Order: sequence, then C-alpha cells, then structure tokens
Amino acid sequence: MRIVRPLLIFAGLIALWQLAVMVTGAPHYILPGPMRVLRALSGNASLLLDHATVTVVEILLGLVLGTVLGSLAALVIATVRPARRWLLPVLVISQAIPVFALAPMLVLWLGYGLASKVAMATLIIFFPVTTAFFDGLRRTEPGWLDLARTMGGRPLHVLWHLRIPAALPALTSGIRVATAVAPIGAVVGEWVGSSAGLGYLMLHANARMQVDLMFAALFLLALFAVGLYVTVDAGLRRALPWQPEDGRLTAD
Amino acid sequence: MSPQTTAETAAAREGIGRAPSVHIQAARLDYAGMVVFDSLDLTLPGGETTCLLGPSGVGKTSLLRLIAGLNDSAGSRGTVLGDDGRPVHDRIAYLAQQDLLLPWLSVLGNVVLGYRLRGQPITPAVAERARTLIARVGLAGREGDRPARLSGGMRQRVALARTLMEERPVVLMDEPFSALDAITRFELQALAAELLQARTVLLVTHDPLEALRLGHRVLIMAGAPARIEAPLIPPGSPPRAPGDPAILRLLADLLARLSAARSVPGEIS
Repeated sequence: MRIVRPLLIFAGLIALWQLAVMVTGAPHYILPGPMRVLRALSGNASLLLDHATVTVVEILLGLVLGTVLGSLAALVIATVRPARRWLLPVLVISQAIPVFALAPMLVLWLGYGLASKVAMATLIIFFPVTTAFFDGLRRTEPGWLDLARTMGGRPLHVLWHLRIPAALPALTSGIRVATAVAPIGAVVGEWVGSSAGLGYLMLHANARMQVDLMFAALFLLALFAVGLYVTVDAGLRRALPWQPEDGRLTAD
Repeated sequence: MSPQTTAETAAAREGIGRAPSVHIQAARLDYAGMVVFDSLDLTLPGGETTCLLGPSGVGKTSLLRLIAGLNDSAGSRGTVLGDDGRPVHDRIAYLAQQDLLLPWLSVLGNVVLGYRLRGQPITPAVAERARTLIARVGLAGREGDRPARLSGGMRQRVALARTLMEERPVVLMDEPFSALDAITRFELQALAAELLQARTVLLVTHDPLEALRLGHRVLIMAGAPARIEAPLIPPGSPPRAPGDPAILRLLADLLARLSAARSVPGEIS
C-alpha cells in the first residue's frame, strides 16, 4: 500500500488534468493535455536532460552550501555570546528583505552562470537551517545540562557530545524545509538571468508558445523536487534512528 | 566493627575514598518574592543515607540543587562544605526523577557519559568497569541497546550505573524511583541501598515508606519558611523490611506528621 497509494494519487491527478482539458476545451497552447506533454518529454529528451542537469547541480550545491553555512552560523550564534547579541538581530531583520528581490543583483555580481543560482539557493536555505539548528541548540533539555555540570563537563565537550546531538532533530527539520525551498531559489535565479537550466527553458518555451515543452520542464522539475525531498527525508530518518516520530525526546 | 569502620571499608572497596559528611549552613532561597527557607542548617552524616520528606513545593528539590551547586543563578545561597572544609560540588553525583539518559547513546555510552563530557579517554579499563557496573544493576547483555528499547525501571538502572561510574563519594537523589511502578520501585530501592551503601547519600522523596526503608535518618522539611525537624532514626540498618511492625508504626506516625505539614499556604512547584 505504501507504493500503491502514491501511484494511485498520481494517476488520479493525471486523470483530473485530462478531464480539465476535455471539459474546458482549452486550446493546446493554453493547457496541453497529459499525452501532449508526454510527447514533448520524449521528443525533447536530450534537450530537457541537459537543462535539468544544470538545475539539479544548482539545487544540490545550494542545498549543501546553505546547510553547511547555516549550521555554522547557528553554532557560532549559540556558543559565542557577543555573536548572539550582534548577529542574531541582523539575521532576523535581514529576513524581512525578500530574497527574490536580490536575484537581479546576484546575477549582476556573479554573472549568468552557475554561481548566481547557487548563491540564490544558498541564501534561501540559510535562514531556515540557521533558525532551526539554533533553536535546537538553545533548547537542550535542562536536566541534561544539570547532569553535565555535576559531572564536571567541559564546555566544548558538552557542546560536541550533548548539545549538538540533542539539536540534530531540530536541524533535520530545518534541512527538510531547506530541501523543499532549494528548487525555488535555483529556478528564480534562472528566471532572472541565465542561459541554461529548466527555469530558463520554461521562460524560453513560454515566449515561443511551446507550452507543452514548458509543461514538460515543469513536470521534470516537480519530479526531481519530490524525489529529492523523499530521499533527504529518508536519509535523515536513517541517520537519526533514535529520534521519536512525534518529536518528543523521551518516551514515557 | 563499628558502623563507621564498615562504611570506610566499603568506601575503599568502591574506590571512592572516605565519604565525607556534608554540612549545609545558612541556606536561603527566595522564590517569586517569597522566602522559601532561610538560615537552614543541615548535616548529612558521612557514609550514611539521609532521607528528606516534605510536602511538594516546600523547597526540597531546591535544597538538593543548592547542595549540588546547580542553583547559583536563582535567589539561593548558603555554604555547603565537606567535613574537610572543602566544597563538595565536585564530589557529588546526581540522580534525578527522570533518568536523563541520552537517547542517541547506547547503555554503555550513557554509563560512560561523564568521561566523554570531561574529555577523558574511554580506556579499555574504563569500559570494563562500566560493563561490570551494568552487570551489577542487572543489565548484562544490554550494553548496546538504546534507551528507547528499555523499560522505565531498566532505564533508571542505567542511570544508577552511570551515577556509580562517577565514583563520587556523595550522591544526591531527587525522587529517583517515583515514576516507577510499585514492584520495580521496590527492587530498585534494594539495589540502590546495596550499591550506594558506602556513600553519603541525600534522598529526596515523597514516599515515607521509601524513606523508612532506605534512610539511616529521616528528615521532614515543612513550613513557610521551611524548617527541618529533628531527625527520625528508624531501628536497624537499611534496606529495612517494609513489613516490620516497628517500621509500620513509624510509617503511620510519619504520615500523620506529613499530612499536618501539608496545610501550608504559598507553595511553589
């Protein structure tokens, strides 16, 4: 049932799509049907694959970079008191700036290539990872810290053996959010200025009324985003087998 | 052999040195603008178990945390010294109501946690001693299990092994068995009495029968601001049989005193 149910939902959505095409009678250059998109997929396979590879690399690099930088920032904020006083307000206020508005600047500074998209994805991932991990580091079970104090624990060792592992469940929820938003960063970056990638292809196809190709690109992007999320989610679950499903740390 | 010598022999066997008596002087706690206790003096005799009873909110846990050196940020103060005139906070081990096991570590990893947190290497000798202690609390063969796979009683046994691993002469316990079912509690009380016998122990509890089973001395803390009444010294040495008529008479007496002590305004949790 675990495999059958998603497949049934998928089939149901495709059927709904076909039904919408038939009922509205929309022309194929407004809303192409599933079969048309499938033909566009197979007919432009190598073109789509080339552009998809570019986008996938951008997303993965952004995800890794954003997670690493976000985790480091959280560690610094949580452990260095002056950093918390000075950096945390800056970090929070910076989130009021819509990251998408920075995209043209990133393209201007970093060029039309890979760097500006990776930067965009990194920026969009950075904050959820930092806040989630920082929150986890800040909320170590007080009883554990008491225990560490009576044991004569040293701050760095307590951080490494107690506070960081205890904050990993929080970090993983940050990484889950990051995984879900990483494709947005990459595609927005491509829309603003690029010469390759699924976002570029979609804009290009749209302008030339190749709506079926645009849908094919969108379909590939969605497929990859869902696949990435499922993979990351399963990987995180496997990495923290002791983490209870409901988020509680101790079972009664 | 006098009781003191017995305790010293046992202490030497455990490798913890002589268990000092602990003197608490002029302890004071302010909480939410109220004086919970003030000029409170208390002595924990070396190598003996002192049980502290009292209504909830009277400040028993706060007093224990003060002795452990865990209360310094709150409005509490007082002198806590061993009979050698040195502070004791680096000579205590702490066992709380929650087992405080780390869910990502195995039983063995939890027992040697103190070594990890102090940055001391876990040598084969240390690991071997941990295994011995795990066997002594009845969990041989479960060294590799994570806490989630253990029952509440087993988890508290691991916590007991972790406490013993610390080789501290003073042990402070805050209702360590109160979350367990009656049978498990009964077994663990006997185990704790056996394993902690050479140490200076303070056991904070809600359960008068537990206090009578385990305490060389039983204290009642009551009132606002709280006072500690003259110690009750039950006959015989712990762990005592709970069916003993003398113990049951003392239990009735303790229950009466505790319920009288409960009608006190201004409790804190």
